[in-house]
Amino acid sequence: MTLRRKWEEKFFHGLSAIVTLLIVLVLVHLVWTIIAKGASSLSWKVVSEPPNGSFYFTGEGGGFLNAIAGSFYLAVSAVILSFLVSLPVALFLNIYLIKVPRLLTACRFFLDVLWGIPSIVYGAFGFLILMYLGYRNSLGAGIITVATLISPIMIRSMDEVLKTIPIGLQEASYALGSTKTETAFKIFFKQAFPGLATAVLLAFGRGIGDAASVLFTAGFTDLVPHSLGDPTATLPLFIFYQLSSPSESVQNLAYAASIVLTLIILVVSITARLLKPKR
Amino acid sequence: MPSTLVNMQQKNITVESIAATVPVVEIDKLNVYSKGSHILKNVSTVIPKNKITVLLGPSGCGKTTLLKCLNRLTDLYPDLKVNGSIRIDGEDIFDSRKDITAIRQKMGLLLQRPYPLPMSIYDNIAYGLKLKGIRSKKIISEKVEKHLKEVALWEEVKDRLKTSAQRLSIGQQQRLCLARGLAVEPEIILADEPSSALDPISSRVIEEEFIRLKSDYTIILVTHILRQAKRLADNVIFMYYGEIIESGPAEEIFENPQSEILKEYLHVGH
Repeated sequence: MTLRRKWEEKFFHGLSAIVTLLIVLVLVHLVWTIIAKGASSLSWKVVSEPPNGSFYFTGEGGGFLNAIAGSFYLAVSAVILSFLVSLPVALFLNIYLIKVPRLLTACRFFLDVLWGIPSIVYGAFGFLILMYLGYRNSLGAGIITVATLISPIMIRSMDEVLKTIPIGLQEASYALGSTKTETAFKIFFKQAFPGLATAVLLAFGRGIGDAASVLFTAGFTDLVPHSLGDPTATLPLFIFYQLSSPSESVQNLAYAASIVLTLIILVVSITARLLKPKR
Repeated sequence: MPSTLVNMQQKNITVESIAATVPVVEIDKLNVYSKGSHILKNVSTVIPKNKITVLLGPSGCGKTTLLKCLNRLTDLYPDLKVNGSIRIDGEDIFDSRKDITAIRQKMGLLLQRPYPLPMSIYDNIAYGLKLKGIRSKKIISEKVEKHLKEVALWEEVKDRLKTSAQRLSIGQQQRLCLARGLAVEPEIILADEPSSALDPISSRVIEEEFIRLKSDYTIILVTHILRQAKRLADNVIFMYYGEIIESGPAEEIFENPQSEILKEYLHVGH
């Protein structure tokens, strides 16, 4: 090797090592910050009770069960709703649309664009529909908006998994006399199941952590919602509102909620990773 | 088929020899194009019943494409344009009014690599049976056992029929795929270099199986291995660059080749 190539090699090796280290440091710092500020406020009480008394002024009295429950209701329902749309769409793309490669490429392109659209735009879109229908901020409206936000993510993630199914398996299925529907639901679905589950969890993680899409659509309340028509609190918005408080003890509750949200997403990510096929 | 049949009956030929000469597959002026290249050029041939017909030729000569035309797996590839006619038992398979799944069930397919379905060993065989409308668990269990025995896999897997088929070794998988294909009672077995990914022992099992099966099935085997063709073939169709160069009984093709290309191919293969 010439000297120049040797230095080039050393330089880029060093550069990538430094950048990697930096990213890890940022992550550690972020986690450390929320733990340092939030851990002291985290207790069984704050995760098991809705706010009451002077909660928003002093940080005393009750907790943010309303936000935890709201986020779960919203994200789980949105994921179910989105799944009902995404699975058929992803299967359709890979079973029927492979005969029309141009249309398939166009569909994938538009889904990628939808994936990239900022969530506040989905929020504004959801809000417009809400106004048009004459509804108020509610769990139902939030679910629909979040489902719209996460569907492109779920469809494209499922699509990427289904793309990897070998053509030989499709040939084997058709050669046995399967119809396209049988191939889709009996062969593709089973073969891709771990990957499809990962796609669902990925979308769940995105849905539960998003603040902007629920800002105009789900509202905020101290109560745990009892029906789709009730407004609902969510963890991201809870964090947003508490952080704008001047009182430090209230701000720390936002960090406590951040820990809860981060833990939820961590659990989901680890589950997704465990489900990934090992082959 | 009718005209041939009548002629032969008039000449008092025995039933067995009629069965032996009736063509199962008739291919007429078949052309396949893909993105401007001409993959199969005006291919016309007949494939007789209860024989092993070997499609022989170097890689890329169109053997696999021809095989996949027979059960219209070419439908899966948007780039392929197919025209011409293929008749199986006198039925035009390109007729859009015909049920393609029924046509495909007449043929069992064995690919270069085994692709077991993502389910248990038992269900791999039961799957095709269920598609044919067989619901009785007793019949299904009997057939699973029968066809696994047929491919000499029963003893190896009888205690773990409910475990995933994808955990079998590749040789076992290929035998399972053969059993799966046989279970739907096809007339024809299409095999695309079925032993190319296998160890010598598994590939010998497959070859022995073919010889045993030809009394009940018509076998169409794609291979580029000359020795395998010599061991198995009753008839040979030699292809080169999308054309059929020569075809006929195996002895004639191997002992008395006419064209220079085939002579060369046989010579290099020795």
